[in-house]
Amino acid sequence: MSKYLDMPLDRTDRRIIKATQGGLGLSLRPYDAVAMEVGVDTGEVIRRMKRMRDAGVIRRLGVVPNHYSLGYLANGMTVWDVPDDKITELGSRIGAFDFVSHCYHRPRHLPDWPFNLFCMVHGHDRSEAEHHAGEIAALLGEDNRGHKILFSTRILKKTGLRLVA
Amino acid sequence: MTPVDLDDMDRAIINGLQGGFPLCEDPFAKAGAALGLSGEELLSRISGLLDRGALSRFGPLYNAEMMGGGLTLAALKAPDDRFDEIADQVNSFAEVAHNYARDDDYNMWFVIATETPGRIDQVIDEIETLTGLPVTNMPKIEEFFIGLRFEV
Repeated sequence: MSKYLDMPLDRTDRRIIKATQGGLGLSLRPYDAVAMEVGVDTGEVIRRMKRMRDAGVIRRLGVVPNHYSLGYLANGMTVWDVPDDKITELGSRIGAFDFVSHCYHRPRHLPDWPFNLFCMVHGHDRSEAEHHAGEIAALLGEDNRGHKILFSTRILKKTGLRLVA
Repeated sequence: MTPVDLDDMDRAIINGLQGGFPLCEDPFAKAGAALGLSGEELLSRISGLLDRGALSRFGPLYNAEMMGGGLTLAALKAPDDRFDEIADQVNSFAEVAHNYARDDDYNMWFVIATETPGRIDQVIDEIETLTGLPVTNMPKIEEFFIGLRFEV
């Protein structure tokens, strides 16, 4: 959160984001095309993207695998009720599992939603995803006060996040 | 659905380049050198993986909150006989980026991304009005670090 204010984005940064949020062009010198679109030189694009990466504005830069087409057909949102005062430690340990792609602390909505820790797990099929949930349960031990897996049954909409119009 | 066939080099690219793609004038040449490929060969591999659907994208992944926008996960309980109608109504909002059906009482889960944080609550109100259903907002309180790699 504090990083917000450390690095205000100016118009040029936002134009770079706009030019790259859908992906980098497939050419040997991909930042040249970004520079052309933004109207600065390539070195400036590279300097600014490095700054954004160091500040965490760019989370990562590279290839984004498509779980489904790689055969990981079971996408399970595991949700857990764990003690609030231990959630940071527990969430960090769960995030280290390589089958977990996202892990968040979110609010409970009592009485029907006691779960405060959300971890996405991926498996080739449901039983593999359930096995992974079992590994998380084993790690949590007594701190697991209840959990379930919500498997996705259909993608109803999927668009890229458009961050800058 | 048949998974995309990958050879060892495809796997090395997917496992090794989920982060850390170079920021320099010749990034494919630099990243390729670490894999024993020329820049041209790496570029052609990545293009092929995109074409075959093994990759959903290639490029920077931005942190939405740091753009000054709003982002949340929300859920609702759609009655079975109105499920498709509700899905269309929810999806009609440009701010709804992703929407998944899940097997739970909360059977519809969607990500709302807005240009300003204040707009999130408005969109939720509008979805409640349009669908006639309560929407449960589950914004992230804390995100835990994930190892960068999804291993194939």
